Amino acid sequence: MLAKKGDWVQIELTILTPEQRAPQIPEDTKKVPLKARLKGFLVDEVASLGAVVTVRTPSGRLVTGTLVSVNPKYEHDFGEPVPELITIGLELRQILEETAEEKNLGGEM
Amino acid sequence: MRDLSYSAVMARRAEIMRKAVGIDYEKFIIDGFAFDYEGMMKEVGYSIEEVRKIQAETCVGNTPLVELKNINKLIRKIAPKGKGARIFLKDEATNPSGSFKDRRAAVSVYHAQKLGYKGVIAATSGNYGAAVASQAAKRGLKCIIVQECYDSHWRGQPEILEKGRACEAYGAEVVQLTVGPELFYYTLVLLEETGYFNASLYSPYAIAGIETLGYEIAEQMLKLTGRFPDAVVVTHAGGGLITGTARGLKKAGAFNTKVIGASVDLRGLHMASDTDFNRKYFTTGHTGFGIPFAVFPDRSDVPKNAARPLRYMDRYVLVTQGEVFYVTEMLAHLEGLQRGPAGNTSLAAAFALALEMDEDQTIVVNETEYTGAGKLPSAQLTFAKKMGMIVKRGHPIFEDKPGQVIAIPEHPSQIGVIEYPVEELKKSYLKELIKREGRTQFTEAEWKFLEEDLRATREQIENWIAEIRDKI
Repeated sequence: MLAKKGDWVQIELTILTPEQRAPQIPEDTKKVPLKARLKGFLVDEVASLGAVVTVRTPSGRLVTGTLVSVNPKYEHDFGEPVPELITIGLELRQILEETAEEKNLGGEM
Repeated sequence: MRDLSYSAVMARRAEIMRKAVGIDYEKFIIDGFAFDYEGMMKEVGYSIEEVRKIQAETCVGNTPLVELKNINKLIRKIAPKGKGARIFLKDEATNPSGSFKDRRAAVSVYHAQKLGYKGVIAATSGNYGAAVASQAAKRGLKCIIVQECYDSHWRGQPEILEKGRACEAYGAEVVQLTVGPELFYYTLVLLEETGYFNASLYSPYAIAGIETLGYEIAEQMLKLTGRFPDAVVVTHAGGGLITGTARGLKKAGAFNTKVIGASVDLRGLHMASDTDFNRKYFTTGHTGFGIPFAVFPDRSDVPKNAARPLRYMDRYVLVTQGEVFYVTEMLAHLEGLQRGPAGNTSLAAAFALALEMDEDQTIVVNETEYTGAGKLPSAQLTFAKKMGMIVKRGHPIFEDKPGQVIAIPEHPSQIGVIEYPVEELKKSYLKELIKREGRTQFTEAEWKFLEEDLRATREQIENWIAEIRDKI
């Protein structure tokens, strides 16, 4: 995919390589670099995914990194219906609407 | 050319901070680790009246406080005779960016503008980012939010991704990092590069901003019920909410109201671990922040943290992820309020506490937060299942296993709390202090400071030290 100057894009950059990381972090984290993703408007005339580009961020900074997305989409969503949650409302309403008598009967069953 | 290595930047920390917060913290140091907390709050903080005025300018505060009548009915149905306190909820989601964090951000951004800063930076993966971005938009300042967002496979926490989206909606630049405490390092790099104000969650301005919340609760409860509440339950993470709320309650005269902290139990998961990062389904309000920030508040991004929870916390309880998801459903279905989930941590605890308190007593849950994509229980649990968690109906405390099993209660009577004695937090505070300082002999000023910071007598502290000395 090609991006042109002024497009809203996302870049990726390495902030610290594994060797440069803080001494106190756990082993699994120490094995991987500290990376960042940020968005901005493309400064280069034209670029394809994977190219090293510069963007102007909303605060006005110029940042250089690898182009990973053009017009990046928000990918988080509402999730799927969760069976373990879906009946909770009905169950609670039933408890609320239960009369004392029904509760006693329920207890005997 | 500045040296941007981790050690070089961390070595410049004090200097960067002084420029970025505009507070000379040195001025408040009395002796060793002792510092003049109240002096710092007084001199650089703002009075309740000033804060109310500042917050009113940007529509922050004065949120509704409502009785949860249907939930209270449910509590009466299942509580033992004579028990079942009434729960009231402070609907902080009605603030401009959807959480109490607007109170903190309002004062910080106002102060940044007053001092002439061109922009603000905040290191936060929480609602505070959106709050700072929203306030900066209103006051015409630039804004950068730094989040810890992804694991090393670029799997983002849905809740944090949503908070990032919200920040962008207010025009902020959002820097999304992979897991690691070096979030703080990179924030220093950005502060140095831009010369912006550090809108820290832990500055005296931020904490002064929350005092209005406690103050309003006291006023509203007095009006609604004729007296101050018996207890206020506060979701506890970094300690700011409990500190500010308690200070506000006291300023309004509510000295006998118990202040109870509540966190989601995520003990056993390492907060800086790349693998554990996406095995938790609450990104705030949990023990991963709650315990470390209580036992060593000055681990924060400012030299002296204005959030000091052990000065104010009367009791500390833990609830499970499953319980909070359950009460989030309860709040939506019984009260018509779709909120949370992280902000409902205190509601889950309040539900359990109401069952043990007398029916003529009152409890206030001091916050709610906006919800939606990424944040909803359905979003979090879909993600949990994708990450291999077992999600089931079951006993939420006995069957809960952070990082493995999320048990959603089968019945509201299963909602309970896990007690975490405040005394244990105080002992851990001392243990860490002694390790850092390498001594158990303190000056008179340090003793006085410890008595205040731990809200304990010298004798109590000496006994705790004697108890833990062997273990150090």
